[in-house]
Amino acid sequence: MLQIDNLQVSVDDRPLLKGLSLKVNAGEVHAIMGPNGSGKSTLAAVLAGREGYVHTGGTVRYRDQDLLAMAPEERAREGIFLGFQYPVEIPGVNNVYLLKASLNAQRRHRGEPELDAFEFLRLVRGQMEMMGIPEEFLRRSVNEGFSGGEKKRNEILQMLILQPRLAILDEIDSGLDIDALKVVSKGIQAMRSPDRAMILVTHYQRLLDYVSPDYVHVLAGGRIIRSGGKELAHELEAEGYEGVLAGAAGVAK
Amino acid sequence: MASNKDDLERLLTRDYLAGFVTDIESDTVPPGLNEEVIRLISAMKKEPEFLLEWRLAAYRHWLTMTEPRWASVHYPPIDYQAISYYSAPKSRDDAPKSLDEVDPKLLETYEKLGIPLHERARLAGVAVDAVFDSVSVATTFKGKLREAGVIFCSFSEAVREHPELVRQYLGSVVPHTDNFYAALNAAVFTDGSFVFIPAGVRCPMELSTYFRINAANTGQFERTLIVAEAGSHVSYLEGCTAPMRDENQLHAAVVELVALDDATIKYSTVQNWYPGDEQGRGGIYNFVTKRGDCRGDRSKITWTQVETGSAITWKYPSCILRGAGSVGEFYSVATTNNHQQADTGTKMIHIGPNTTSTIVSKGISARFGQQTYRGLVKVLPSAEGARNHTQCDSLLMGNRCGAHTVPYIEVKNPTAQVAHEATTSRIGEDQLFYCRQRGISAEDAVNMIVNGFCKEVFQVLPMEFAVEAQKLLSVSLEGAVG
Repeated sequence: MLQIDNLQVSVDDRPLLKGLSLKVNAGEVHAIMGPNGSGKSTLAAVLAGREGYVHTGGTVRYRDQDLLAMAPEERAREGIFLGFQYPVEIPGVNNVYLLKASLNAQRRHRGEPELDAFEFLRLVRGQMEMMGIPEEFLRRSVNEGFSGGEKKRNEILQMLILQPRLAILDEIDSGLDIDALKVVSKGIQAMRSPDRAMILVTHYQRLLDYVSPDYVHVLAGGRIIRSGGKELAHELEAEGYEGVLAGAAGVAK
Repeated sequence: MASNKDDLERLLTRDYLAGFVTDIESDTVPPGLNEEVIRLISAMKKEPEFLLEWRLAAYRHWLTMTEPRWASVHYPPIDYQAISYYSAPKSRDDAPKSLDEVDPKLLETYEKLGIPLHERARLAGVAVDAVFDSVSVATTFKGKLREAGVIFCSFSEAVREHPELVRQYLGSVVPHTDNFYAALNAAVFTDGSFVFIPAGVRCPMELSTYFRINAANTGQFERTLIVAEAGSHVSYLEGCTAPMRDENQLHAAVVELVALDDATIKYSTVQNWYPGDEQGRGGIYNFVTKRGDCRGDRSKITWTQVETGSAITWKYPSCILRGAGSVGEFYSVATTNNHQQADTGTKMIHIGPNTTSTIVSKGISARFGQQTYRGLVKVLPSAEGARNHTQCDSLLMGNRCGAHTVPYIEVKNPTAQVAHEATTSRIGEDQLFYCRQRGISAEDAVNMIVNGFCKEVFQVLPMEFAVEAQKLLSVSLEGAVG
């Protein structure tokens, strides 16, 4: 589904990704872990098409298309979803309005009929129940005055409604208490399917206790320095990034 | 992947949709201003003596005045002798008596503008007075309004048919000496709308005037006077457009509202004068004085404005809260894109006891647009228990535009409560990216964000016009992140 080869990206002539390669197949869940500043969030942002990054080398193929040539909304309509680490507030725009506009933009793109308000609400209400989100949530402005946990639950709700092919969740677990983490994890688990791939960008291992990844990659200095199964996450938890990085450095020497 | 910005820049250069010129014969007075021109205007309009005298007094006073320079707007000096002060579509000697007599080309113009002048007026249930260049060309629904006792006609007609009312109220809110542009208007105003709602009458429909400047090198100086007698109620909308021309055109209007006891006037403006091109050439100078007098107890005046046009806007719709318990409201959305400049806001003058005022101002600046909110809240010693709440929000798109807030607050009564809130935010690349990441196009995303920002104002617009305002805003600002 996604094939990243030797990707190099910089901001203001400062290289952030320095030759990153990663292959993600349908049905797989990949965790990208790494210390702060390792390039995790940069990777998520570049895949979703955020401005301000200069592509200096390498390729990204997504379902046989040149991903980096696509506008952010095209990528979204082709099934890429980014769960934001810091979801923005949009005052005056209803949560439900944004979500309906998003879904219908994607449905139009796929040649499917748009949902009317009634059909849409029925769809949303089902998913809201699962996420433990109250009805009044819909009428509130997008993320305005939401707590950290509410914002993250809203991201997962959007994902559940939009049903992406490739979900990239950027530190979806940060700032969550244990109850919220469980709810968010439940939402993520519900999305696992043989047709869908996920990339979980996270600093901590604890999310992975609830959502077991197929692969774990350690990102440092703009490159993936180690890859392994879910046991790698436990190793990181036990030894800390420094230990694993030192080991990797040793190997590299 | 860094091309988003360019796309948005390109979207910005959307054409001004109302920018066509109607090829119509008009009678235009040669440029220049002197007493002879004023006498000529007055004579052409067969005005009574008192009005001519009033005009001449205004003109003589105007000669002693200088243009206000305190506003944060910049433009080369205006040559008032280069402007023609009267232009009228050439038709029969008398004004058209029915729509059938109106030049079809004119009607076509209004059709193009989407104005419900003809049959559509009936469907929309809106009574329309249309001012083309300097004269009022058609007023629909006169009959139905007359049944209710409502007078809604061109100013010229009001002068002919109801001189006593005109004489009683003209200049009673904005005197002919008020300010430079108001004095100029008083001297040369050519037409406008007149509304009179008798005591106890709830006007059966929305009233509406569309102003259009068509001829080149003309100024438009219309004057609107709305009088709501005790216990009456009226909602009035004005819309404005002009063709695209490289020269600047002056629009110096005056609007006077008078609300007596328990009367309510809601005055909504959707202003889409030609804003000039991308480089800032051409466009309307919109130097307008609008003031409402809450003369009666418990009267209420609400100004709602959506301002997307004009090269320069200088305008402060105000309320004089004279009656006890009277209410003044000002809801405004103003956008400045490209090289537009706006210095706009309101004045709330609390004179009577327990008067309240609300100000909600939403300013949106994009590209090189510069915008100043300038507002005055004044509480006089007599205004026991006066209350004001002001909320002033600015939205910036891109990093070359500017937003400035200049609130003046003068409180001379210790029981008054005055609150001022102001925010400035940037349409963030972040908000835009968030929407696009969900599959929404950049254009739609900007619309959505801007509409969200303006929601509080759109909510108070009359239903029929809220949609129009939103559309206008989207044309004016599409993709305006640069």
